[in-house]
Amino acid sequence: MRNTLVTLFAVVAGLVIASRPVGAHHGAAAFENDPAKRVVLKGTVTQWIWANPHTFLLFDVKADDGQLVRWVVEASNPPDMINRGWSIRSFKAGDEVTVTVRPVKSGKPVGSIIQVRFADGHVLSAVAGGNEPAPARP
Amino acid sequence: MKKRCMALMCAVSAAGVIAALFAMPPVAFGQGQGEVRQPGAKYDFDFKGQKPALAPRRDISGVWEPAAGAGAGINANGAQQMPSDGKPEHELPYTPEGRAAFMAHKPTFGVTMVPSALTNDPMPGCDPQGFPRIVLHNYRTSRILQTPENVVILYEFNKKWRTIWTDGRQLPKEFEEPRWWGYSVGRWVDDYTFVAESGGFDDRTWLDNAGRPHSDAMKVQEKYRRVDRDHLEMTIVVDDPKYYTKPWTAMILSLRLQSPSFDIREMECSPTETALYNKLFANPAAGIEDSAK
Repeated sequence: MRNTLVTLFAVVAGLVIASRPVGAHHGAAAFENDPAKRVVLKGTVTQWIWANPHTFLLFDVKADDGQLVRWVVEASNPPDMINRGWSIRSFKAGDEVTVTVRPVKSGKPVGSIIQVRFADGHVLSAVAGGNEPAPARP
Repeated sequence: MKKRCMALMCAVSAAGVIAALFAMPPVAFGQGQGEVRQPGAKYDFDFKGQKPALAPRRDISGVWEPAAGAGAGINANGAQQMPSDGKPEHELPYTPEGRAAFMAHKPTFGVTMVPSALTNDPMPGCDPQGFPRIVLHNYRTSRILQTPENVVILYEFNKKWRTIWTDGRQLPKEFEEPRWWGYSVGRWVDDYTFVAESGGFDDRTWLDNAGRPHSDAMKVQEKYRRVDRDHLEMTIVVDDPKYYTKPWTAMILSLRLQSPSFDIREMECSPTETALYNKLFANPAAGIEDSAK
């Protein structure tokens, strides 16, 4: 039993170590690096800015009080995002998206993108190899 | 107890490795990105087990891409061989003056990193990153051109270029004026090895993305060894007696030859785009209110 517990602890610890986010954005010091502090936000795209030093997505999220909160979340520069299957045409205003975000410590509605799930189910991931196509229609 | 600790450490490590292999794709952005592909490029992982043809003599021209993957030349956390990660073996041999210069820098990566709104890194504002930072920080696709008089290197990162003189001149002992990109002369030391020496640098540039400094006395040795038809090995050694007590190897990178028609993408530092990035993203990220609102 004790051995099982030790092994279980080791596996969990290993997973935590291995899945630490790779804080390599400009100003990585500003971000929450604890995966438990990631947030999943459902909202509507207002703008996709394809620019250096980093691309970023603006989208509106309805808060509990009904007010719209404008989130600004970054990904890497255009060449790096092309390597991950993203493009200048990845988003258009009005797209309904569910965005997993690594927020900043300042508490502002700002963060970096972990992944974006679109209404048709396809996923763009900020991590190479993480994209998913839309599920096939029955 | 000792045995149990060892077993625990092994289990933790093994679980970590397994999780890294199956649960988490390679590094997202930054240091050593592994098997990431730039569309249209060729990498060593595409040619496993194949033996390339022999190297041509005295030729390093062509379009070159990091052989291990699209991100293998990107070292966000400082020089590839000596990252700023707090490990004793990566501590640079600073002189007291060099250490003071390092501590005065506020980089956005490495052990002394700050949020990007608080940095004094000259590069985000689109000041030239200069040489060797362009290579030590962000070695992407490059095109090397050879003429009788010089070797010219065109870099993707921020769309920059350098000239290395090969017309027999020597590196000057004194330089007219400091340059962001230094002054470079090169020669063939054998039929497959080209070595360039550079000096005359402007000390406003940083050495790498983690704020490592250099003085105006820095010399850089840059060696290109044509290993075979498809590979070029680049080695960068920094020698700066004002800031470092001895020369140190900053980077060793294997590059793979691409098709001559490979189209190098545009990547440019735009002050307008940077201002927008700071206003909408970097300042709020650091908790700084935008006075323009």
